[in-house]
Amino acid sequence: MKPFSLTKPSDLEAAIKAHAEEPEAQFIGGGTNLLDLMKYGVMEPKSLVDLQDLGFQEIEQRSDGGLSLGAGVTNAETAHHPKVKSKYPLLAQAILSGASPQLRNMATNGGNLMQRTRCYYFYDCATACNKRQPGSGCAALKGYNRIHAILGASDQCIATHPSDMCVALAALDAVVRVKGPEGEREIPLEEFHRLPGEHPEKDTVLTDSELILSIELPSSRYSQHCHYLKVRDRESYAFALVSVAAALHLEEGRIVDSRVALGGVAHKPWRARAVEDFLRDKDCDRGLFLQAGKLAVRDAKGYGHNDFKLELAPRAIAEALLQAWKGTNS
Amino acid sequence: MTNSSLNKISLTVNGETVTEEIPPWVTLLDFLRERLHQYGTKKGCDHGQCGACTVLVDGKRVNSCLVLAARLEGKEVTTVEGLSTNGELHPMQAAFIEHDAFQCGYCTPGQICSAVALVEEGAATSRDEIREWMSGNLCRCGAYNNIVDAVSEVLDNKEGAKV
Repeated sequence: MKPFSLTKPSDLEAAIKAHAEEPEAQFIGGGTNLLDLMKYGVMEPKSLVDLQDLGFQEIEQRSDGGLSLGAGVTNAETAHHPKVKSKYPLLAQAILSGASPQLRNMATNGGNLMQRTRCYYFYDCATACNKRQPGSGCAALKGYNRIHAILGASDQCIATHPSDMCVALAALDAVVRVKGPEGEREIPLEEFHRLPGEHPEKDTVLTDSELILSIELPSSRYSQHCHYLKVRDRESYAFALVSVAAALHLEEGRIVDSRVALGGVAHKPWRARAVEDFLRDKDCDRGLFLQAGKLAVRDAKGYGHNDFKLELAPRAIAEALLQAWKGTNS
Repeated sequence: MTNSSLNKISLTVNGETVTEEIPPWVTLLDFLRERLHQYGTKKGCDHGQCGACTVLVDGKRVNSCLVLAARLEGKEVTTVEGLSTNGELHPMQAAFIEHDAFQCGYCTPGQICSAVALVEEGAATSRDEIREWMSGNLCRCGAYNNIVDAVSEVLDNKEGAKV
C-alpha cells in the first residue's frame, strides 16, 4: 500500500469535515474492500477517515414497525440479529450467501453498499478501465466478460455491482440515510447506485464527503414467502453470476404483490418491476414464474462470454419464486 | 515518513499488552509477524481470499491481512500461538493432529483459529454446514475431509450430539 494518513474523528461532524478538507480522502468502515483495492493500487487515497468511533452501531426498531440498520453494524451482526432473521429473512439469507465468515465479521453495512465492482479489468491496473481511469476505455467490452452485465450497461462500462445484501435491500424497499456538508437526506436504495452511462467512475449518487448513517427498512409483508437464490461458479465464497431476491405476499395462493430484484446482471441491484407487475393478482404456478422471469431480460444484451446469463437469469427468477412460494426462506 | 504519521496503539496479543508506534498502513498480519515476531499467523494471498491469516479479534475471526493495526486500540487479539493453555493444546489443535487435518500445514493456523470461532458461533451443526462456515479458509493440499472430521469431533464434544 502507498503511504496514507489515518484520522480517527470522534463525531460525525468532525468526520465529514476531515473528509472534506482532504481531496483524496476515503472513509473507512470495515476496510475489507478498500484495503484490498489499495494493495492493488486501484485506489490510492492520501488519507483515511476512520468511522469506527462514530456510533451507528445499533439495529433499532422503527416506530412504523420497520428496522433501522446502523451503517457501522457488521454484516455478520446484521444477519444474525433476531429481528432481521424473523422479519427480514431474505436479507439475512442474502448477507450469509456473500463473502466468508471472517469478512462478514469485518465488513459493515455502510461499506457493503460502497463496495466496488469485482470486474477483472477494474482490478488490473495494466488494462483499460473507465471506472478506474476515466477515458481509458473498457477492456471488458471485447474481453473476457463472463461475469459482466446484461442490463443497463453502456459502451463505457459493463461492470456489475457485487453485493448480495444490496439485492435483498432493493427488494425490501430499503432507504439509505446519509449526511454530508449540506446536511442529511434519504435516498431509496434503488436510486442509491447508478447505471454507468458516461460516468462509470461514479458508483453511487453520493456527493462529496457524504457518508451513510443507516439503512432504513420499512415494515415488511415478505417474511413468510421469500428466497435468495445465488448462482455461482462454486458452492460457496464466490460472487454471483446471477442472484435473485424473490418475495411473495400471498393470500390463499394468490399473489397480492411481489418483490423481485437481481444481482450479478447490472451496475446496480436490479429491481425487476416488469416481473412484479406481471405477477400481481395471479395464482402461483411454475409456468407463470417461467413466463414472468423472461420479462426481466426483454431489454437485456449479452457481450459474448456472458450470453449464458440471458437464459440463466429468467430461470433463476422462476426458481427463486418457486422456493419463495414453498416458503423456503432458509 | 514523519513522526506525525505514526499512530501509537495499545492492544493485547495473546494476553500480553503491547504498545507500539506504527505507521497507519501496517496490517495486523504484518504487525504480528514483522514487529512482534510471532510467525504462527501466515501470509497467504494478502487479499482476504485464502484465510491463512485468520486470527481472533475480541473473540471474532477476521482476516488479519485486511485489518489496519492502527485501528485496534484496546482490542484483544488471539493468534494460533495463544490457543494453548499451560502447555496443553487447545482441543481444536489436538483434533487437527488426531485427524491428520493438514499436509503442508501452511493454512493450518488460520484453519484452526477459524474453526475455534466456528464452534463458538454455533451456526454450524452438520458436516455440510461445517464446510460452508469454513469456506473462508482454503487448503491447497486438499485436506478438507480431515479438517471437517477434526472440527466435527470438537463440535460433537461440545454439543454432546453427533455431527
